[in-house]
Amino acid sequence: MWSWVGHRITGVVIFFFLLVHVLDTSLVRVSPEAYTAVIGAYKNPLMALGETALVAAIIFHAFNGLRVIAVDFWKKGAKYQRQMLWVVLALWLVVFAGFAIRHLSLALGGH
Amino acid sequence: MTTEMAEPASKIELPAGVGGGGEIPTFNITLRVRRYNPEVSEEAAWEDHQLTMYGTDRVLDALHKVKWEIDGSLSFRRSCAHGICGSDAMRINGRNRLACKTLLKDLDTSKPITVEPIKGLPVEKDLIVDMEPFFQSFREVMPFLISKGHEPTKERLQSIEDRERFDDTTKCILCAACTSSCPVFWTDGQYFGPAAIVNAHRFIFDSRDDAGDMRLEILNDKEGVWRCRTTFNCSEACPRGIQVTQAIAEVKQAILSRKI
Repeated sequence: MWSWVGHRITGVVIFFFLLVHVLDTSLVRVSPEAYTAVIGAYKNPLMALGETALVAAIIFHAFNGLRVIAVDFWKKGAKYQRQMLWVVLALWLVVFAGFAIRHLSLALGGH
Repeated sequence: MTTEMAEPASKIELPAGVGGGGEIPTFNITLRVRRYNPEVSEEAAWEDHQLTMYGTDRVLDALHKVKWEIDGSLSFRRSCAHGICGSDAMRINGRNRLACKTLLKDLDTSKPITVEPIKGLPVEKDLIVDMEPFFQSFREVMPFLISKGHEPTKERLQSIEDRERFDDTTKCILCAACTSSCPVFWTDGQYFGPAAIVNAHRFIFDSRDDAGDMRLEILNDKEGVWRCRTTFNCSEACPRGIQVTQAIAEVKQAILSRKI
């Protein structure tokens, strides 16, 4: 059940990001200067942490989404759902650790 | 704590270690029951009881002790008390279980043991819920043999493999532990629920039954199998160990491929 709750929550988080993302990207049609100003405003430590959280949500949602597809379409999916959840969490940890180390050292460590 | 039970002296010589009711260890528990009586108050409330129980006692025994010795107004369903009739499914420590199959010693007795009615069905009094929406869904999947053609003069024979195909779903006792553990059912009472799908599965995959397509059509509905979000709560709740989510997945795949 908690994997499902996590899937829902990360789904809603990603939806709100996409909403904002579509809005700020469409700014380039209004004026490239406004777009640059808005994107520039994202370059602060708080946003860097936000981006980290967003990537964490996306990684979980992506891998768990594959697990849910396997549960629905693979004959043994329901039987191995728990093992697959551990695989999802392991993959999440590996991918997220790799991203977080590089991203945070770049964003917070200065250039 | 171990107390000596006042038992009548045995009339025959028994070797040491045989019998002796006092050997069963006792312990104290706090039973926290969700009480609701619409004739008294619209609000449900928790009620605590301190009880001394034995190591062999189940949650049902604790409820009996309250009802028979402390407060006769406590209401709950139970019939066989041996995990077959499916009457006493309730939410114990936040999990759906049968009160008659849950030993107190297996729970954390240092904390209060919470007992609530199962969720998603209207509560009538204390631990008793209105099971009608549950049985309505059960009836809609036609949980009985439908066969075409001539009635055989002998029994309907079936191979061991064909019988094995739906063996898991024959175990259902209709206790509603699965359906009332489903978060989809909690918010959408129209959903057929795991129990109805399990009982449809039992006949869909029965080689003697000829109405599989009809049942698949019934379940190929917005409120049918497609409402299942594979949260696996039902599989964990089932006191009979039925792989409920697996059964639902098999029905989903049968609808997609129309192969039974």
